Amino acid sequence: MEQRMNVRATIKDNFAKKKQTTDKAMPIFFFVCASVSVITTIGIVLTLITDAYKFFQKVALSDFFSTNLAPLSTEPHFGILPLINGTILTSLIAMAVAVPLGLTAAMYLSEFASDRVRRLLKPMMELLAGVPTIVYGFFAYSFVTPLLMKIIPTLEAKNALSPGIVMGIMILPLVTSLSEDAMRSVPAAMREGAYGLGSTKLEVTVKVVIPAAISGIMASFVLAISRAIGETMIVTIASGSSKNFTFDITQSMQTMTAYIVEFTSGDAGSGTTGYYSLYAVGLMLFLFTLVLNLAAQYISKKFREEY
Amino acid sequence: MINYELKLNPTEAEKEYKIDINKRRIDRRILLNNILKKVFFLSMVFALAVLGLLLYRIGIQSIGWLDVQFLTGKLSIFPEKAGIWGAIIGSIGLICVVIPVTLVIGVSTAIYLEEYATQGKIASFIKVNLSNLASVPSVIFGLLGLSLFGRLFHLGSSILAGGLTLSLLVLPIVVVSSQEAIKSVPNFLREASYGMGADKWTTIRKVVLPVALPGILTGAILSISRAIGETAPLVVLGIPTLIMKIPKSFMDDFTALPIQIYYWTLDTVLTPEYANLAAATIIVLLVTLFLMNSVAIFIRNKYQRGF
Repeated sequence: MEQRMNVRATIKDNFAKKKQTTDKAMPIFFFVCASVSVITTIGIVLTLITDAYKFFQKVALSDFFSTNLAPLSTEPHFGILPLINGTILTSLIAMAVAVPLGLTAAMYLSEFASDRVRRLLKPMMELLAGVPTIVYGFFAYSFVTPLLMKIIPTLEAKNALSPGIVMGIMILPLVTSLSEDAMRSVPAAMREGAYGLGSTKLEVTVKVVIPAAISGIMASFVLAISRAIGETMIVTIASGSSKNFTFDITQSMQTMTAYIVEFTSGDAGSGTTGYYSLYAVGLMLFLFTLVLNLAAQYISKKFREEY
Repeated sequence: MINYELKLNPTEAEKEYKIDINKRRIDRRILLNNILKKVFFLSMVFALAVLGLLLYRIGIQSIGWLDVQFLTGKLSIFPEKAGIWGAIIGSIGLICVVIPVTLVIGVSTAIYLEEYATQGKIASFIKVNLSNLASVPSVIFGLLGLSLFGRLFHLGSSILAGGLTLSLLVLPIVVVSSQEAIKSVPNFLREASYGMGADKWTTIRKVVLPVALPGILTGAILSISRAIGETAPLVVLGIPTLIMKIPKSFMDDFTALPIQIYYWTLDTVLTPEYANLAAATIIVLLVTLFLMNSVAIFIRNKYQRGF
């Protein structure tokens, strides 16, 4: 009924011939709106590059790629390596949690679970994905760290281990749902062929489905690393702001994202070297995630098996 | 091990030996299958158990703190007197900026991509750009907001600056879900409209958009639930730590629910009761998100039309 009313109104409008000019003008309006996303990207790249350029006029590249980070001391140093080290270590811990759990959960959902169980479990997994990261940060700091302290007495109140683990839980739904999508898109005929030869479900999953879906699974891992590297609040809260260059995950270490948050919420006045260092670190972070995302797209295109 | 060599006349003992050894092999494979099936299920359960533990812990911590006084009171440095009314108003203010901005720009972009420029270099460039923009870390959007809205447009750390920053952040989500919704409108509806003599814009306005509306709304709600949980971009904008005033206009400084959680979590070292306040705020935030997601699912199920 509603549909018919619409069509009638449409005819009436057309008779009035009023819409001719709007019909020509609207695509231009839509194009302008569509270009906002492109302008946003250009804006991000421009702000990062211009302000990072001002930073590199004051700080030598050799100082930037050093392990000495002391932005607030009287003789400030802006070595980014401690930040990169912290970022990579926390992300690796996260992956150590998310990859085995995520892949096995995806195998279960895609190959073993009945339709009813899957319909029950998938929305709950999505719930896990919908929890804001600040909540995970609070959880890491106020629950996981004290819990880990009972196991590892030397653990500091702020450390890399606890946010790494919680970050793993955070990216777990991403790994699970993307890997599951990849595995489910493997044609049923391939599974049936393997079943026909007398394989068990496990053998079909490990020897047929995973090799066939490997491009999607690898892409999900890379996207998960990218998400972990860009994650901010968990590491800011639970990993602290120590600027030491260390591989000891029981100690506090700062990530690139946490550095940006610490410095902006501090009193970095506009125009100081410290203020511009934000953009240099932001540029590095942007490049890291961009490269990983392009890699994920490349992997899923290049190694896709077409059936 | 097993001799598969065909014998013309195998003895009974040889036959039995072969059957026996094959049976044992098969039993072992089935056993492995059954054990690993349970292991995979457990990793799925583990992820959900963490979610349950998180909710339980935070729920316990918020007991006794979550009351009317807490919801409607003003911010205070004394934990017993502190309330989050200002943060609630701030979050609502953010939503009031994000909804119109993302809906207009996001839906227009989707219309442009799906109705006007379905092929061609510009459209594919915008699509690639959107997918890359979606994976830029949120803290980078904070840096963009800081230089663009905060300093260039002199919006400082107002609700408007925060809302615009979050709008750019969630724009890709709105575009992609609107694209899906518009794509799912069957072509015969459009053709019927054209057949009646309607022009393109009238067809979009009166046929395509009404049919696609539930999908668009679902995406919009999901993007808003992402926006109100987002912390990092707002912290980077430089939201002051302690804001006692309730914001009155979009140009006022503000605090929002996730920011309040962040600052209270940071200050638990000084005042342990702040952890309870943070937990209570988390419950408010999670309940809001849960309600919004339920509405989204309700809309999707209720108004989804099949053609």
